[in-house]
Amino acid sequence: MTEPKPAQPGGYVPRNRGWHPAPYYPPYKTSVKRSPQAALLSFPTTLSEETGPVFGHGMLGPKDNDLVHNFAVDGQSAIGPRIVVHGRVMDQAGRPVRGALVEVWQANAGGRYRHKKESYLAPLDPNFGGCGRVITDEDGRYEFRSVQPGPYPWPNGMNDWRPSHIHFSIFGAGFAQRLITQMYFEGDPLIWRCPIIGGISDKAAIETLVAPLDMGATLPMDARAYKFDIVLRGRRQSLFENRPEGM
Amino acid sequence: MTQPLDWKEETPSQTAGPYVHIGCTPIVTGIEGIYAEDLGTALKTGPVQGQEITLRGTVYDGMGTALKDALIEIWQADSAGLYPSPEETRGVADPNFTGWGRSAGDLDTGEFVFETVKPGRVPYIDGRLQAPHITLWIVARGINIGLHTRAYFADEEAANAEDPILTRIEHQSRLPTLLAVPEGDGAYRFDVHLQGPKETVFFDM
Repeated sequence: MTEPKPAQPGGYVPRNRGWHPAPYYPPYKTSVKRSPQAALLSFPTTLSEETGPVFGHGMLGPKDNDLVHNFAVDGQSAIGPRIVVHGRVMDQAGRPVRGALVEVWQANAGGRYRHKKESYLAPLDPNFGGCGRVITDEDGRYEFRSVQPGPYPWPNGMNDWRPSHIHFSIFGAGFAQRLITQMYFEGDPLIWRCPIIGGISDKAAIETLVAPLDMGATLPMDARAYKFDIVLRGRRQSLFENRPEGM
Repeated sequence: MTQPLDWKEETPSQTAGPYVHIGCTPIVTGIEGIYAEDLGTALKTGPVQGQEITLRGTVYDGMGTALKDALIEIWQADSAGLYPSPEETRGVADPNFTGWGRSAGDLDTGEFVFETVKPGRVPYIDGRLQAPHITLWIVARGINIGLHTRAYFADEEAANAEDPILTRIEHQSRLPTLLAVPEGDGAYRFDVHLQGPKETVFFDM
């Protein structure tokens, strides 16, 4: 006697590539020679895309999600406007993505990265490394502390500036969900002048990358808060299986 | 007007930028003391089952210049074709194999190197077996959305010839761009070309 089988999740829903930045976007000059020109090959996701690495909370150190202190000398802290960034990682159906590894990196409050290829004249902060990570909880929530990164000029056009931003790398349950993006800050006028952001054609898509100030989550007399929710690809959920019998 | 759909758009991708290594392999960039180790450095955490191999390659732009600021990740099954993932229901994967690797590439040449195992075969959605393959995901400055490709093995002719995906590629002349080539002693080379006549086949999966 066989029990009725619960509905199994189907494959991942295709990416809406029109919602993402165009791979080839000449105002962002580096994209010109780094963008594929042939059409991508589309196939349904297989186990190779529906599985992915698992990261346990045990790998995290106590300061991994505290960029204000994780590189600072004991008793000192990074310079700059103190912030908390928090949000939920969910899939396209709105379900929480639990155990998602979220890695972040950013410039310091002056707009300078700690990297040997970085040449901006703004100074390094000896107490700021610029990276952190966190794993989402049972509700898909994450939170980290940092300082608000500064805007900075970059070699593209003759006078291009990046808006303040934090880079995010996110792992979902399946490798198909792998995503790297950037979070911007509400009210930054540089967002609408940025040749990297400009590769996204839909204004509504850009707005999903802009984190609002979240006064309800601020730490009084300590840090302001910004909320940044992240949506990863979702899977078909249906009682009707479109796979052949017996699979 | 109609009812709204309860389906959200995915968060848009943005380029990983020139400093992705600060966030993903900080120790390689000289940022020490935050993490104990860079993630994804070792796929083998002990004695592994199956054939141990080295996968190496370089990512080239449309001018044939090697990228030195890319981040390359791989994801693969173990030698028996099992993934170390809760989504894997066919068995238990090799406990000493993580399946996932990450490389910043050599800082001077850009070449990435993964010490791994040759993966076993994994079923396609209709149950037919796929040829052994390693999934690669590549991000870098100038790449606006991560590039997804697969390294198959040039010395797996029989499996490749019946692979459900390889056999459905319209331009079969591009198929060699998906083949890792044996270099002896268990080493394979898989170079990636972002554009141009040798452009690698990239997937939308």
